[in-house]
Amino acid sequence: MAEALLTLRDILVRYGPTTILEFSSLSVHAGENLAVIGPNGAGKSTLLRLMAQLQQPTQGKIYFHDREALPSNGLAIRRRMASVFQEPLLLNASVYDNAALGLRLRGLDRRSIEGRVQPWLERLGIEHLRRRRARSLSGGEAQRTSLARALALDPEMLFLDEPFSPLDPPTHEALLLDLQRILRETGITTVFVTHDRDEAFMFGDRTAVLIGGKLLQTGPTMEVFAHPENLEVAQFIGFDTKIPGVVESANEQSAQVRFNGGYAQVFGDFQAGEELFLCLRPEDIAVSLPGVEGPKSSAGNQLRGKALKVTPWGAHYRVAAACGENRLVALITKPAFLGRKIAEGDEIVAAFEASAVHVIKRN
Amino acid sequence: MPYKLSFPIVLAVLALVLAVPSNLPAGEAASKNVILSTTTSTQDSGLLDVLVPLFEKKSGYSVKTVSVGTGQALELAAKGEADVALVHAPSLEKKYVADGKLLNRRLVMYNDFILLGPENDPAQIKSTKSSPKSSIDAMKRIAASANRFVSRGDNSGTHNLEKSLWKQAGIEPKGAWYIESGQGMGATLGIANDRNGYTITDRATYLAFRKRVTLAILLEGDRPLLNIYSVMEVNPANGPRINAAGGKIFADFMVAPETQAVIKSFGVEKFGQPLFIPVAGMREEQVGE
Amino acid sequence: MELIWEGIKHAGLLLLSRDAEVLGITLFSLQVSSAATGLSLVVGIPLGMLLAMKRFPGHSLAVSIINTGMGLPPVVVGLFVTIFLWRSGPLGFMELLYTPTAMIIAQVIIAFPIVAGLTMAAFQSLNPNLPLQLLGIGASTPQLLWLLCKEARLPLLAAIMAGFGGVISEVGASMMVGGNIRGQTRVLTTATVLETGKGNFEIAIALGLILLVLTFAVNLLLTHIQQREQIRWPKPS
Repeated sequence: MAEALLTLRDILVRYGPTTILEFSSLSVHAGENLAVIGPNGAGKSTLLRLMAQLQQPTQGKIYFHDREALPSNGLAIRRRMASVFQEPLLLNASVYDNAALGLRLRGLDRRSIEGRVQPWLERLGIEHLRRRRARSLSGGEAQRTSLARALALDPEMLFLDEPFSPLDPPTHEALLLDLQRILRETGITTVFVTHDRDEAFMFGDRTAVLIGGKLLQTGPTMEVFAHPENLEVAQFIGFDTKIPGVVESANEQSAQVRFNGGYAQVFGDFQAGEELFLCLRPEDIAVSLPGVEGPKSSAGNQLRGKALKVTPWGAHYRVAAACGENRLVALITKPAFLGRKIAEGDEIVAAFEASAVHVIKRN
Repeated sequence: MPYKLSFPIVLAVLALVLAVPSNLPAGEAASKNVILSTTTSTQDSGLLDVLVPLFEKKSGYSVKTVSVGTGQALELAAKGEADVALVHAPSLEKKYVADGKLLNRRLVMYNDFILLGPENDPAQIKSTKSSPKSSIDAMKRIAASANRFVSRGDNSGTHNLEKSLWKQAGIEPKGAWYIESGQGMGATLGIANDRNGYTITDRATYLAFRKRVTLAILLEGDRPLLNIYSVMEVNPANGPRINAAGGKIFADFMVAPETQAVIKSFGVEKFGQPLFIPVAGMREEQVGE
Repeated sequence: MELIWEGIKHAGLLLLSRDAEVLGITLFSLQVSSAATGLSLVVGIPLGMLLAMKRFPGHSLAVSIINTGMGLPPVVVGLFVTIFLWRSGPLGFMELLYTPTAMIIAQVIIAFPIVAGLTMAAFQSLNPNLPLQLLGIGASTPQLLWLLCKEARLPLLAAIMAGFGGVISEVGASMMVGGNIRGQTRVLTTATVLETGKGNFEIAIALGLILLVLTFAVNLLLTHIQQREQIRWPKPS
């Protein structure tokens, strides 16, 4: 594993009686992109500010290159980092002056600044706007300027707080792709805050899930998304269906789990009597009308219930159903949906593969 | 940025302006200052603009002339916020002297008040000229006929004189015909002129406003209309930091023969007549004879 | 109307003939009010910035006091400063009454709430996330404050103009604490009152006009600086 560039330990952030952040350890490794995801109000922005040396924690220590960050060396550390926020937050000046600001603050001479700013303006496609006043820029152009400002500093760490979320989808996507390319080329260590799971998936080498001020899971992005360790993380990353059950019988590789309304076969090493949650993504549940020949599935692994709500969902339909006490959410393709003609109120059968089930222990 | 040039220019201008500290007295010795409390009408006459520089040159003292209403002038002196007082309200002055607040009252000069009114004189003031206390009679007539009268109403020297006239006439002026302006002599004259009413004014102010006023002088020269100026020294016990020595030197100056000569000639060039008549050394009863 | 025309002619005469006394009064007025405004900026701008950006116990009280202070009647300020500077007052030992210093003190008391209040509004109009972003690209605290001042320079210049305007035109405080002493503490406003009281209306109008021209010139300069940076609204395409 690459060197830990930034380490946070035993962090507590409290405003009066309210605890905003509380966790014991988080590291950012050299060269990686760390995605920090969580719902709104989880404390992601606060976490980012702590890492960028823009805020002091109520308790806890932060280490940069293994040296503790203190108020005395705060500015020196801050100057090896750069931040980009949700709003471009430019000054009332030209694009060039804004992009050059960070370098000017560090006292560089005019020629050196020109040499470092100009390439970034070109790279981000805003060179032609050099002299334009910041106030007259579009949202995308302004955010590109903010990026240029940060990247011109050649920082050791780059912090991004949902930088493209207020932009319209096409601009958002264009910028995202651009940024991805840039990060791959430069290899800057990046911490990227977002509430969008797909962005995290796209961006992060590692992902940290922050919910309610607590770091519930940190690890390689694929791991986190495929194997959430607890219910809240599972819920946030998209396992919308959670069915509580008890292990009836088990061997080393698989187990039979009884739940209200049926039973399911799952893979994994469990003990009889263990209490579990069976978690499923909407796209892993197939819905059909009873009696109609639906897609084949493993023995069991199905529930009967009633379709409560059917919502168009991009190129799919999202079906929320009640099966006894269990609630589930399924996503089916338009053609399949139209083919089966499922409507709200219909009796349905929901089926899933054993391999798609993600199990979380209950207690 | 363009503004970058202008800002230093503004700062430079400010610096230049501030760099001339000629008027900021850093360590002026306090004992070289004499605070003279006097009235606005005395200041307005312009006499002090002549006398004060003379005094400063002669004595080396610096005079701070505070010109306010008579009441305030006397009160400031009584509190010790002045070193010497020059006012013209004999009845009030005598009270302060009796209380020991002001010392060594000496007459300096006098001018007189005149009674102005509309040309056609509806209250028939002019006919009182023959009687010895004509001004008192005049007031009686104005009140009786309820002709408009504009008063200063501000407890100034002029107002006090007017009040003493009413008192001697045995009248308490009340009613729609009696207007109290609460302002200085110039403004009061303006109101009287506008409303075509009677009023009492000091001669100096009348001379200054003569061109603008259509009222006529209906009564003058009467003893009760005399306006006597006195200089008084402030009792050092009245408060801290009183410059008693400086006050005395100024008071002495006001009654000195050279100064009295200057007073005698003041205003002759501009108005054809002196504004004040020096009376230092005289007894009060003698004044006006 | 003729009176005003006479006044204009007289004003021109006084200035062209370089009447020493009038020039002296004019320069002195400028010195006192500029000094007072300058000191108010030193006190008022940091105070305004603090109130805009930091919350502390007593914050609302401080803001209310500043807002009240913006409307303080100058004559009331003059009265209270006089009471303090009287020989019998707590600061009597400083012998400041009827001196230019006393006038500057009174004018600072009048001007700094104006400057502080308008500075506070100026900084509150900035994006509240801006300081964080500037720190996030490596600004030190002094650099941050300087950048914020530059960013708020338009309303800040307005604050300066308002502070200056408030004191160059006031007469109540100058009269009371200065005494309108010839050659020592006479300013354009108090001289105007004096000449009016004496009945010299042409001179009074002349002095008044000089004051207006002076104030106009100062504001013209500051406005010129301010408006050069004004946003040019883009034409609809």
